[in-house]
Amino acid sequence: MDFVCNFPAISILMSLFSGIISSGLKQRAARMLNSILLLTVIALNATAFVYTLGTGQSFVYVMGKFPAPWGNEIRAGVLETMMATVFSLIMLLSLLGGEKKLHDEVEEDKIFLYYVLNDLLLSSLLALIYTNDIFTAYVFIEINTIAACGLIMIRQNGRTIEASVRYMIMSLLGSGMILLSICLLYDITGHLLMSNIKEEVISLYAGGNYSVPLTVAISLICVGLAIKSALFPFHSWLPDAYGYSTVSSAAILSSLVSKGYIFLLIKIFYRVIGLDIIRNSKIINVLFVFGLAGMIFGSLSAMKEGDIRRMIAFSSVAQIGYIYMGFGLGTEVGMIASVFHILTHAATKSLLFISAIGLTEVSGGSRHFNEVTGAGFRNVIAGIGFTVGSLSMVGLPAFAGFISKILFAQAALNNVRKMLPVLIVLGISTILNAIYFLKTVLRIYTPVETSYYKPLLIKDQKLYSVVIIMFVIINFILGLLSGSITNWITLGLEMFA
Amino acid sequence: MGPNLLANYGEAVSMILFCIGFANLLLQKNLIKKIIGLNIMDSGTYMFLAEKGYIEGRVAPIITDGVQSVEAYINPIPSGLVLTGIVVSVSVTALMLSLTVRLYRRYHTLNLDEISLRLKKEGL
Repeated sequence: MDFVCNFPAISILMSLFSGIISSGLKQRAARMLNSILLLTVIALNATAFVYTLGTGQSFVYVMGKFPAPWGNEIRAGVLETMMATVFSLIMLLSLLGGEKKLHDEVEEDKIFLYYVLNDLLLSSLLALIYTNDIFTAYVFIEINTIAACGLIMIRQNGRTIEASVRYMIMSLLGSGMILLSICLLYDITGHLLMSNIKEEVISLYAGGNYSVPLTVAISLICVGLAIKSALFPFHSWLPDAYGYSTVSSAAILSSLVSKGYIFLLIKIFYRVIGLDIIRNSKIINVLFVFGLAGMIFGSLSAMKEGDIRRMIAFSSVAQIGYIYMGFGLGTEVGMIASVFHILTHAATKSLLFISAIGLTEVSGGSRHFNEVTGAGFRNVIAGIGFTVGSLSMVGLPAFAGFISKILFAQAALNNVRKMLPVLIVLGISTILNAIYFLKTVLRIYTPVETSYYKPLLIKDQKLYSVVIIMFVIINFILGLLSGSITNWITLGLEMFA
Repeated sequence: MGPNLLANYGEAVSMILFCIGFANLLLQKNLIKKIIGLNIMDSGTYMFLAEKGYIEGRVAPIITDGVQSVEAYINPIPSGLVLTGIVVSVSVTALMLSLTVRLYRRYHTLNLDEISLRLKKEGL
């Protein structure tokens, strides 16, 4: 086994221990440790990505002394390492971009806790991406939920506490269902490792045994993870949680936390149940319908919103709808489109949140549309970031969003029965996206005669500008190099099974 | 179905408990009752696991009197899973309770709907 194979396990353990060490550190040291950790994790996972691309197959890393049917293991292929790299990169950028705001919104002596929570969140995300053991996945789902709840409530006001209570309640309903489903799967298959479960499930399915418990287990785990990733209509907690927490939290929650659960769901589709059985189980039709509904209703709610942060939050509901719609198509191409959209949404939504905070900062801290008029002139770099993010969400060519929309449309053409609804809803949703995002872009570039608010120059916010530029570059990379990225995703999904 | 249900009454009871807990967590307005619902739901799952993991007449897999036959012992993994699950649910319950305390100190009520109403009025 090559030395690179240790990297996924090392990065999980490193982030777990950094969290523990940070809890005894002062604020600055905790921040330093977190940045170093994220850079190291990016480097390690990028190396592992190049390695898996070279070998052309995924590798299994055995945790502890016990071999396959008993022990716990990590499995990494192209897709896992790519996701881990992108997720940690986006987490780093979101933290750097929201750092100034963090000091305004969180009590000074609690800031080190924010970095503790982020380290734990990173470790749980990496574990969700890499683990090959379904019960380990459950434990890290819970760690992820607790850390995410902390990220919401670290900014203390009534709204955030209420939002985190609602978030916890929905999440706990979801994890209860996931746990029950794991118990059922363990009962009927006798395994906890994903690949072993799949073998048993296939033989059970072929023999027609235990078909009812199998269906129940599949639907429970799908619905549980859908609740946790805020698929419409389980999104009631989302606008408050994203809209009122501190900005780095909002960016991380919307672009990473919900995506971690979705990635686990993809893994379960491919590695635990098998895509054929999922396709025959009809549960994807339910996900398909809710995905379509989410695309429309998320956008409609975003249009009604008069608050720029909450508008972006509702737009997340619509984007999660896209991803589940891709699952619902039940084809390989649909999956590729969904995975690409995970990347697109992660890169774009964090850009939007971070640049929105720059716009509100030069508008007296108010987030209402009337106040942000002309903010694009007062904070040039934030205006550019917001425009790029909006155009990407709307789906203009050369931006990341365009590629995911075209992939979804192509995927729909392969599925005769679902083609028409997908294309219609995709069209409507694009128009709605254009209405509310371009409305905001026009407003931030409407000149105001006399402004009470002082402009903020680029040289006064160097770090912030660098972060926005990095995000914009990531968006263009996703948009312009989409060919090789979709190839990697295809390769990764083949390695998945 | 009837005799099956009777033979597996443990599993049936645990599923009923799960549903009771689930409904309480979802529908109760009072936060403390919600948390009680959460605990009932989790206990239902653990009971299901424990029930599935036990085989009548066998003992925990610790070798006693030199008996090495597989037939004498049960699989230890379900019990291990129950223990892990209990740890998770304890920490989640503690977190929920602490959030409830914060909300109560601020709004002097445990009713989540009323808290939401008041937040809207505050217009924060």
